[in-house]
Amino acid sequence: MRPSRPSRRYRHGVAAAVLAGAMVLTACGSSGGGSTSDAASAKGPIKIWYSNNEQEIAWGQQVVAAWNAANPNEQVTAEQIPTGKSSEDVIGAAITAGTEPCLIYNTSPAAVPGFQKQGGLIDLSSFADGTSYIETRTGELAKQYASADGHYYQMPWKSNPVMIFYNKDMFTKAGIDPTNPQLATYDEFLATAKKIVDSGAAPFAIYPAPSSEFYQSWFDFYPLFAAATGGKQLVADGKSQFNSPEGLAVANFWKQIYAEKLAGNETHTGDSFSDGTAAMAIVGPWAISVYKDKVNWGVVPVPTAGATAAEQIHTFSDAKNVGMYASCTNQGTAWDFLKFSTSQEQDGQLLTLTGQMPLRTDLPTTYADYFAANPDYKLFADQAARTVEVPNTPNSVEIWQTFRDAWTSAVIFGKSDVQQTMTDAATKIDQLASQT
Amino acid sequence: MTTSATRSPVPRDHPASPAARGADGGRHRTSLFTRLFGRQPIGILLAAPYAVFIAVIFAFPIGFAVYMSFTDYYFTAPGVTVPHPFVGLDNYKTVLTDPAVLASFGHIGIFLILNVPLTVALSLGLAVALNRAVHFRTFFRAAYYVPYVTASVAVVAVWLVLFRSDGLVNQILGPLAPDPSWLVNSTWAMPMIALFVTWKQLGFFILLYLAALQNVPKELYESASVDGAGAWRSFRSVTVPGVRQATALVLLLAIVTGANLFTEPYLLTGGGGPDGASTTPVLLMYQQGIQQGKPSTASAIGVVLVILVLIVALVNRRLTERSER
Repeated sequence: MRPSRPSRRYRHGVAAAVLAGAMVLTACGSSGGGSTSDAASAKGPIKIWYSNNEQEIAWGQQVVAAWNAANPNEQVTAEQIPTGKSSEDVIGAAITAGTEPCLIYNTSPAAVPGFQKQGGLIDLSSFADGTSYIETRTGELAKQYASADGHYYQMPWKSNPVMIFYNKDMFTKAGIDPTNPQLATYDEFLATAKKIVDSGAAPFAIYPAPSSEFYQSWFDFYPLFAAATGGKQLVADGKSQFNSPEGLAVANFWKQIYAEKLAGNETHTGDSFSDGTAAMAIVGPWAISVYKDKVNWGVVPVPTAGATAAEQIHTFSDAKNVGMYASCTNQGTAWDFLKFSTSQEQDGQLLTLTGQMPLRTDLPTTYADYFAANPDYKLFADQAARTVEVPNTPNSVEIWQTFRDAWTSAVIFGKSDVQQTMTDAATKIDQLASQT
Repeated sequence: MTTSATRSPVPRDHPASPAARGADGGRHRTSLFTRLFGRQPIGILLAAPYAVFIAVIFAFPIGFAVYMSFTDYYFTAPGVTVPHPFVGLDNYKTVLTDPAVLASFGHIGIFLILNVPLTVALSLGLAVALNRAVHFRTFFRAAYYVPYVTASVAVVAVWLVLFRSDGLVNQILGPLAPDPSWLVNSTWAMPMIALFVTWKQLGFFILLYLAALQNVPKELYESASVDGAGAWRSFRSVTVPGVRQATALVLLLAIVTGANLFTEPYLLTGGGGPDGASTTPVLLMYQQGIQQGKPSTASAIGVVLVILVLIVALVNRRLTERSER
């Protein structure tokens, strides 16, 4: 027996109640409190989030301990950033819910325009010494992190300038001189890559992630584009820059790599460099501690079309910065702690404990003792002065996703013409960059 | 309980009942109360927690998503007041003219065409086999259920290794292996996801059918056997009609879960690859709504998806009802 249907009036009543409930809750969702002008100078306890890798946890714990010992009335509570599909998803949701901490030491520059649009970030330039502190510490590179209004909504914190790591043992097996590998130009790189694969030294010469996430182009296209253009960003002054002879040359270089199966186009589980699947990787200095006991590695700058001198080559920064978030009530303490944690002493601790490069001027001379004791990191410190950041532009993530989709189609899978695909992507990206 | 049927009980709110009358007769008040809260007001109380759950977890998000899909909306921090202007059907125009969105619905169509019949056929066939199995019955039941309860991330890693170009499957197939390999082949990516999901969820659907099979009277099989029906005829004329309600449920669940596909294209084919050949509406909703800060267009995709799923479910219901008649 089939149950009887509810009456029409009953069903209409339920629908009306649901709609009314939705409207009431919708109205509730638009209201809430916000930071006040008093908050900028307010002092008191604050909470911070930092990254969840072992090295940064060690750095975070010691900096908080040092601060708390000296500031008993302004205690800092630190937590690892909650896990999610990505840190940016977690932070975005926390901003909407108003549950984010005062400071997050894992803020991606690509996400800053979105967080700013949400009203989730405090303008650091609004502090009396905000702009001067940032620009004094980071120098000319700081300008890349300023928003369209010229203000800083993020503290440039640390970079991981990406370079080409190579496996010396595999190079030797392939008959390549591991002390002076020919990797400076596209032609040299291709010839070396072919030698590696043809000799059977490794299944693939290099293996950047071929997947479609928006940020993957930061580790294949962007470093080489930065090097080819002397430090141009993907978008400048609201116009895309990649649909140029240099950009197309980079795309065609990678297309050849994939077409000749010198790089894999399948998702690889694990680290292709440390597990011996690939003889090279494009990574920053954070990886040194990971590879040190697994691979006999060397490092060179990313290739260019011509033979550019190493000391002139730019690359992608892979930076992570610090944001001060809107729900912070004790912003005075947060600003003081932010300066404390980016002081010369704490930047030295960061360098020592993580191997990542603090975004401050004169890195090699400021920490000369460290680089003398750890020469592996010296090249990265030199490279850190010539890094290119993702553009601080509206629709940043959508722009990168558009680029990645075009790259996947034309370069990784060779399904479409490189020039036409890049032209179409540039047209769409120009539209996105011009929106406010 | 035949005695109760022969009695003529007086309803509690019957005018003749003294209990139903107040000092002033109480007739009007009682009927209004009854109209508002029914004859068993305690029922409302008992149902209230679930009604609240439905309202908070389902009704509100759906209502809010519909609202967002008609406005220019983005998520803001508490206290940040921004206008959310009504934009009519603009978001729907945007998503319905976006080739990537249209392609994602096409991919789901391919998925459902492959996954739903496979799920029904395999789960029913295996449930019947397991129901008759004498030896190792518990082992096989557990074996089919293990993929269902195992985390997708772990199982995906195994499939990635099995189906990569130098994986076990291609080594067995030799020259018959597709090039590019399965998961980076535009033709094979979506069928592979359909196959993966079918395999992973099979255990759950087998359990549904096993439960349904316990309710098929054994006498029907005996009668069919006496009438000369073989195993296949018995299956068609007794088993299939006997588990029709379970089939309707399996179809509905397979359609709904298939339409909400996210994890598999995200992990198995590297974010909807190759070259967008396995994107799904929910994957695009994640990209646009969460990553790109465009919940309005993401909501519009979601609303279109809900409507399409409702249509498919309705058609499915009509078809199963018709076959019941």
